[in-house]
Amino acid sequence: MAQDLVNTLADLKEQEALKIVKDRLSAGEDPLKILGDARKGMEIVGKRFASSEYFIPDLVYSGEILKEVTELVKPKLAKTTENKKLGKIVFGTVAGDIHDIGKDIVVFMLDVNGFEVHDLGVDVPVQKFVDKIKETGAPVVGLSGFLTLAFDSMKETVEAIKAAGLRDKVKVMIGGGQMSDEIKNYTGADAYGKDAMAGVSLAKKWIGAS
Amino acid sequence: MEKQWEDMSSDEKQEALFQRWLTPKDSQGKDLKFQSPQAEKAYKERITIIKDAIQMKKLPDRVPVFLCPSFFPVYYAGITPQESMYDYDKCCMAFKKFVLDFEPDGNLGAYVPGSGRALEILDYKLYFWPGHGVSPNASYQANEGEYMKANEYDALIDDPTNFFSNTYLPRVFGTLEGFKMLPTLTGILEMYGVAVNFIPFGLPPVQASYKAFFEAGAEALKWMGAMGAWNDEIAAAGFPIIATGYSKAPFDVIGDTLRGTRGIMLDMYRQPDKLLEALDRLTPLMIKMGVNTAQMVGHPLIFMPLHKGADGFLSDAQFKKFYWPTFRKVMMGLIAEGVVPMPAAEGRWTTRLEVVQDLPKGKTLWMIDQSDIAKAKKTLGKVACMYGNVPSDLLAVGTTQQVKDYVKNLINTCAKGGGFIVSNGAFFDQAKAENVKAIVDTTKEYGVYK
Repeated sequence: MAQDLVNTLADLKEQEALKIVKDRLSAGEDPLKILGDARKGMEIVGKRFASSEYFIPDLVYSGEILKEVTELVKPKLAKTTENKKLGKIVFGTVAGDIHDIGKDIVVFMLDVNGFEVHDLGVDVPVQKFVDKIKETGAPVVGLSGFLTLAFDSMKETVEAIKAAGLRDKVKVMIGGGQMSDEIKNYTGADAYGKDAMAGVSLAKKWIGAS
Repeated sequence: MEKQWEDMSSDEKQEALFQRWLTPKDSQGKDLKFQSPQAEKAYKERITIIKDAIQMKKLPDRVPVFLCPSFFPVYYAGITPQESMYDYDKCCMAFKKFVLDFEPDGNLGAYVPGSGRALEILDYKLYFWPGHGVSPNASYQANEGEYMKANEYDALIDDPTNFFSNTYLPRVFGTLEGFKMLPTLTGILEMYGVAVNFIPFGLPPVQASYKAFFEAGAEALKWMGAMGAWNDEIAAAGFPIIATGYSKAPFDVIGDTLRGTRGIMLDMYRQPDKLLEALDRLTPLMIKMGVNTAQMVGHPLIFMPLHKGADGFLSDAQFKKFYWPTFRKVMMGLIAEGVVPMPAAEGRWTTRLEVVQDLPKGKTLWMIDQSDIAKAKKTLGKVACMYGNVPSDLLAVGTTQQVKDYVKNLINTCAKGGGFIVSNGAFFDQAKAENVKAIVDTTKEYGVYK
């Protein structure tokens, strides 16, 4: 039955997956084990996205199913336990830009690949990035942006990280809309990721988890 | 006697709309007075090379060049996006300076900023704009949400106009809250229906909403006055505007501003039949929207901003099932009435090129951004004129030499045999002025058919 949940979730069979969860809960099974299986299903979703078998709608739908599973399981949880994570990453869409679709995809992929992602949301002021890096000690920062105005916001964010004395403690990746290696050089970031998978590879390389 | 519109073929209708564009009226409806015979000649030559590029019947004298900025002209003129949205004279000044300094063969008018005051009167929630949610120095950005709920497909399908007036508009405009109480106007049938159905119009919230409606209308008219005068002046100086109206792919209508990206993606799994029915329902409305504007303005080109069809947003199967059929129907409906649809494929559409080439030749004009341009030329480019591909990053941080080399290479790859117009690939805010200028100058110098 464990494998059933992993596969139905990976295959995006919403109703079947929810039924399995309900059955397992009423059979008195450990809710943490159910969540663990759901997580394995999500990892398969991530792999299928990485191999272009799945696309953005599949990610959105799987996220929605996972949310429903979590809501069913939550009341039965005595306490939440954190999974072991590969490493911390601070992520956000830079100041002046409110686009979140691309950012959410990369955050999703980093998460299913085992990273602890601190998602600061959109239109994130430079100081908020700096504060979060200090607070978490994250060695990787992801800057997302869709508009050409994000070029300068990214540059300012990298400069602020430098001014705070944190530049040699973090690796910075950029991505989104009109970004490129040229913009990476302009902003002073360490790398440009063309898509979500490139972001995951960079994080793995930098955190030494490949 | 001239042939009646309804007796014309779609080719003849297209030709007639091009003729109206070539012999423009001013905003008062009189024949436009050009600044000089040279300006008139330049205006007609520009439209002629654009027309030849689009129709793909004969080689234009030269490769045409467009510039399609977002807020770039505003920054370039040294004003803020906020000023451009609230001071129409400043807006016009900025876009005029842009056209006169850079001299593109085709420009998009001064429409980008729009009227901030009208948005304020209406308390528009769908967008953040300078000073309202984003800084005065940033461009406006859409605020996605589920402005139509998952269970409202039947309401939209049954009566789209009623759904918009009584449900959608009150959600996206704070001051139109009162419209929720509006009656269904098709109930005003005979004596009994009159008094009963007019009651809502007497209610204070409805009257307050109408007051805002009228105020916003007056403001929009003021804005349009400034735009009309701008259009006259710029056309009179010899520079044609390439699009004056728009339409959309039905999938984007629902995915952008009704259900939102997340909403429509879930609908593809949970209620695909309702979604398909709604897409069909919107199709004739999107055709009418483009045809009516083209007729009113006397201009063949209707802009179509595309969003959710880009690579990655949908699988190939989803694109073919949900996006392409009604998008194609809208284009075919526009083409039948002589309109040239101008879809803007921002981002990457490389995996869609083989699907979207199923179109009649010489009837559409595609903006291509980061798609594989060589592949685009070999597929879509066989049947459609394309413009774009000069990348935003290059304009913002590249050298002028890099831009020149890029444009030359682009002309070598795409301009052979006609059907190509040089342009930037995505609507841009930030760029080096000398790089923007290099797009135009390089095209004019290098893009000559020998």
